[in-house]
Amino acid sequence: MTTAYNFAYLDEQTKRMIRRAILKAIAIPGYQVPFASREMPMPYGWGTGGVQVTAAILGPNDVLKVIDQGADDTTNAVSIRAFFARTADIAVTTKTSEATIIQTRHRIPEEPLTANQVLVYQVPIPEPLRFLEPRETETRTMHALSEYGLMHVKLYEDIARHGHIATAYAYPVEVAGRYVMDPSPIPKFDNPKISGSAALQLFGAGREKRIYAVPPHTAVVSLDFEDHPFERNKFDHPCALCNATDSYLDEVVTDDRGGRMYVCSDTDYCEDRRAHGHRGAQLAEAPAGSALGQKPNIEAAE
Amino acid sequence: MTKPLLIADGLTKRYGAVTACDKVSFSLDEGEVLAIVGESGSGKSTLLNMLACRLAPDMGEVRYRMRDAETRNLAGLSEAERRLLMRTDWGFVHQDAAQGLRMNVSAGGNIGERLMAVGGRNYGGIRQAAADWLSRVEIDTARMDHKPTTYSGGMRQRLQIARNLVTSPRLVFMDEPTGGLDVSVQARLLDLIRGLVADMGLAVVLVTHDLAVARLLSHRILVMKNGHVIETGLTDRVLDDPQAPYTQLLVSSVLAA
Repeated sequence: MTTAYNFAYLDEQTKRMIRRAILKAIAIPGYQVPFASREMPMPYGWGTGGVQVTAAILGPNDVLKVIDQGADDTTNAVSIRAFFARTADIAVTTKTSEATIIQTRHRIPEEPLTANQVLVYQVPIPEPLRFLEPRETETRTMHALSEYGLMHVKLYEDIARHGHIATAYAYPVEVAGRYVMDPSPIPKFDNPKISGSAALQLFGAGREKRIYAVPPHTAVVSLDFEDHPFERNKFDHPCALCNATDSYLDEVVTDDRGGRMYVCSDTDYCEDRRAHGHRGAQLAEAPAGSALGQKPNIEAAE
Repeated sequence: MTKPLLIADGLTKRYGAVTACDKVSFSLDEGEVLAIVGESGSGKSTLLNMLACRLAPDMGEVRYRMRDAETRNLAGLSEAERRLLMRTDWGFVHQDAAQGLRMNVSAGGNIGERLMAVGGRNYGGIRQAAADWLSRVEIDTARMDHKPTTYSGGMRQRLQIARNLVTSPRLVFMDEPTGGLDVSVQARLLDLIRGLVADMGLAVVLVTHDLAVARLLSHRILVMKNGHVIETGLTDRVLDDPQAPYTQLLVSSVLAA
């Protein structure tokens, strides 16, 4: 640990300020609490909001997992894990079950979360109404008065244009029967996992300076129409590596002749299944030593 | 006799030394069309905005008979009640349709917005209502999924009217609804508005500087100058037999009102 930094990079006053925002966010599920977001040593869009929330809740005994699009071995995930390993000297992991804090970008782990875990989302644009109503004063009023008809206008436009609700990520949800919330750009496949989760879920938007939360066991409903109900993404294939049929799959192009494979986006889930003997159709063909076939080496990455 | 729908009582608005609107009082019955006419800067838009709760008066109040038949001071409503009133029982037709429409949302979405805002969650039903309204305002339903940016000025104005009327309001405010349209389009639009107003029994407060529009649509006229009401009365009486000198000037300055 480099002593030049305070524990987890931020100074204690800043962490208190963020914790106050988090407490308020938990007290009013789905409500966007403004906070004095700090400059972090990374560009906006790389998870400055999530990092500040993580820094504020991190304790010396926490075990941190960071995922980016479900993977533990991408640049963003590796850098943030390394950042906290260096500034807070905490244990890091890629195993969902071992982690106490999971910071995520764009996915919720496939493995159900437990009551002693906190999921921290990195949020680029926290305001679900933003692209429909550019005025912040107006969107705040709309939230205050629960005027959410506009959100359905967006879904209406989707159906009118595509024949179905084409919003596939950042799919708007209603939290605890009150606030409409942007669940961050997770695929709508993950939306049902937000509802009733045993883990505390915190959302941090650094550039937009907002924190919001879904407390454990809170009902979260994806918005829809009576005659066009919410549907999860469906996949025609099982995972090519671990044969899972219940996970969110990424399409990986394997050559320039149309070759492709569909693999779990949650790398930890996929590895775990393979370790338990599940075999996908293309497991043998997976390029040896590639990210697909090999467990990421955290030590080397850091 | 039923009580009036809308009562303006001593509405006053000052901008510094300028009095834009000076103690204007009138009442409007259900199904009645009132035209507010006057030259530019006479305070008619200020008055309209105060009536429609878009501008707070310095003095005076606006009372409205709600759907539960209780007449209430609009300044005493909570913001939630006021906004609900605006998007269910009222309509506001802007001169520039771009202000009253969501230009990046399809025509069907524009019409459906109010329905969804009051809890409409059946896509098929909303779409059906949108199609009905498009045909009522003489827009080809094949253009339902097109954005208003692809519409002509007259079509935009008709779409704006449809969007406002979909919740069957009782009172519609119109600010120069035919302004900026060419004469033949104006004529069709006026005809359409007159038909809808009669069919739905709408009360309308219409601001216009065009006396021909007032003649065609309104039952009563309120002539304004420098923030004062100069003359008021039945439309035909005011236009055919103006009493106030200013009204006489206004009427005579029009070629064939």
